[in-house]
Amino acid sequence: MSQEKRKIIPKKHPMPHQEAKVRSTNFEEVALGYSEETAILEANRCIQCKNTPCIDGCPVGIDIPAFIKMIAEKDFTGAIGKIKEKNNLPAICGRVCPQENQCEKLCTLGKKNEPVAIGRLERYVADWELAKGTESVKIPETNGKKVAIVGSGPSGLTAAANLAGLGYKVSVLEALHVAGGVLVYGIPEFRLPKAIVQKEIDNIAALGVEIKTNYVVGKLSSVDELMQEGYDAVYIGTGAGLPSFMNIPGENLNGVYSANEFLTRNNLMKAYRFPEYQTPIRVGKRVAVIGGGNVAMDAARTALRLGAESYIIYRRSFEEMPARLEEMEHAKEEGVNFELLTSPIEIKGNEEGRVVSIVCQRYELGEPDESGRRRPVPIKGSEYEIPIDTVVMSIGQGPNPLVQQTTPDLETNKWGNIVADECGRTSKPGVFAGGDIVTGAATVILAMGAGKKAAEAIHEYLQG
Amino acid sequence: MFKIVLKEELAPKIKLFKVLAPEIARKARPGQFIILRIDEEGERIPLTIANFDADAGTITIIFQEVGKTTDLLGLMEQGDFLLDFVGPLGMESEIENYGTVVCIGGGVGVAPVFPIARALKEAGNTVISIIGARNSEMLIWKQEMSGISSKLHVTTDDGSAGEKGFVSDVLAEILSQTSVDRIIAIGPVPMMEAVCRVAPKNITTMVSLNTIMVDGTGMCGACRVEVNSETKFACVDGPEFDGHQVNWEIVKMRANMFINEEKIALSHKCGEGECQCHRKNEK
Ligand code: FES
Repeated sequence: MSQEKRKIIPKKHPMPHQEAKVRSTNFEEVALGYSEETAILEANRCIQCKNTPCIDGCPVGIDIPAFIKMIAEKDFTGAIGKIKEKNNLPAICGRVCPQENQCEKLCTLGKKNEPVAIGRLERYVADWELAKGTESVKIPETNGKKVAIVGSGPSGLTAAANLAGLGYKVSVLEALHVAGGVLVYGIPEFRLPKAIVQKEIDNIAALGVEIKTNYVVGKLSSVDELMQEGYDAVYIGTGAGLPSFMNIPGENLNGVYSANEFLTRNNLMKAYRFPEYQTPIRVGKRVAVIGGGNVAMDAARTALRLGAESYIIYRRSFEEMPARLEEMEHAKEEGVNFELLTSPIEIKGNEEGRVVSIVCQRYELGEPDESGRRRPVPIKGSEYEIPIDTVVMSIGQGPNPLVQQTTPDLETNKWGNIVADECGRTSKPGVFAGGDIVTGAATVILAMGAGKKAAEAIHEYLQG
Repeated sequence: MFKIVLKEELAPKIKLFKVLAPEIARKARPGQFIILRIDEEGERIPLTIANFDADAGTITIIFQEVGKTTDLLGLMEQGDFLLDFVGPLGMESEIENYGTVVCIGGGVGVAPVFPIARALKEAGNTVISIIGARNSEMLIWKQEMSGISSKLHVTTDDGSAGEKGFVSDVLAEILSQTSVDRIIAIGPVPMMEAVCRVAPKNITTMVSLNTIMVDGTGMCGACRVEVNSETKFACVDGPEFDGHQVNWEIVKMRANMFINEEKIALSHKCGEGECQCHRKNEK
């Protein structure tokens, strides 16, 4: 089809999905991915505009029009190569990036119609490559310098891949027994299959990156000790830790989990396959998830799949929810109930200390606050009680403290996050940091962007 | 993979492993713990370090078979490998010259008390130890403890070794005769609680809380406890706390979180249907 003759197709080609009724009972992936035919049709929706606003919206600066053009021309090898110039985890980003707020938000086509489905196309070529197997990569010639990466989440993996590409000898040190960080313990299988994560990590290891699991920096070695052991620079990407609770009565009752615990038991430890897998999880008949972010949606949808009735309890209304629209819609379709403009004030338990109900208070929206969102104000006398067996607190988390505790000369802010500039430079020479440990909880792609910038800054530091 | 280089049966259902983990052995301090996972299907369970030897590169753990994972662990033999072994986790014990310290170990809790008592002795303290068990058969590490204590008291519930009674009874006696500057108590929760009842509030009484854990690095909050009316995470803030400030009701309640699931896990017959969980041990 030539450019001139093409009629604009106003809508994205729809993503095939597992039926809501079916998928709410299994842990398999919800979105099934484009076929080759659909991918090519969708790629042809791109008008290849000159000013390429989409690239500005991409935190890692992928040449989006170029890879889309290659898909349209059926040059999938070229397309994935183009993406990988900037992004080492495309199968992951194609699934979990909030494209609607980034590249697709700025798409020229999107001004009058729906934008090009950039994320779905990225996923398509990434999956295409993973399915056929990557060609053996050339390990770049080593420059003799060593970098330690603390944490194997999205920012650490990105920094590792970029540094390996520049010839550094990179070791990734992970505290858990598998690499991937939030990609394996946090994001559920039905949204991001662990086999995909593993393949992406294998690709990074194939660049010569050493991945050491069961390695807790701050305990097994401090940052200073890593530098004494011969690492020329250290990148800290330890992510979020210490889950927050609300400080309401009953929070330590049995049946109250942090979202991190609830999701880790399921995703990392595979509690949904208990007792074959030995890590238990208990949900009971009804689960209340407190919060309105993507993590809350993940927890609520996991609860459904474990056979419970699932409720999201959120202080504001749909419009203010920080979760991606797509995630909220998926949750709704699957049958998650939304209790909006509501917040818990107490969790009640029985004699054994097990949760039996949650007492909530209704809210209304008042004047906008500093964030521009209308502030929820409690309505007096509106308390009501919902019988519930499990409560999942998904109201955010503070930084993981282990590295900071043992690195006294590393500057932190009042919340304990590491202070770093936009290139990841910290107060300590040779030590860089990025991702949630610096910014507080954010997205996978922002963490990757930070890892990438830090890799450049580390390169500059070590060559300078 | 982490090799079990020594297995010993110390008492019925109480076993000792020396695990080859040189990096951890180099860094371990008294009071810290490790988390292990037997195999792919396994749970992550925390165990307090009973001893460490930087030269040999080994970590000693002692465990009692009380559930699915510890039962499976007990089936492992010298020469077998644990899939995961991570540590040293948690804060190390505070070791100073306090003067006279009473170190109390109950049941399998004698094991983690040992390196703490040894370090306290090396720091110049007079160490009085009390170790207890149900009966003489279940008593472990008497020899080890006697080697580092200026005085060792032994109690058993049935009087088959040492004095008949509880460690807390002996503590009360000691307190009535000697001035004590600090107490360390590790063992079953009722024992630690009883010790805290006997010990005056002005004597710091450190206990080690072996809570349910998942990651052990402060990420999940499964290990939360209430200390001095504040929520703390045992894996990063502990595992030791002043027992006078611990809310024991919450400790006991949270230990029962998965009591039904533990029964299901035990009755789940390995090798049936899809289950593969014993395949490694069958070889
Ligand atoms: S075990 Fe997860 S925070 Fe302590």
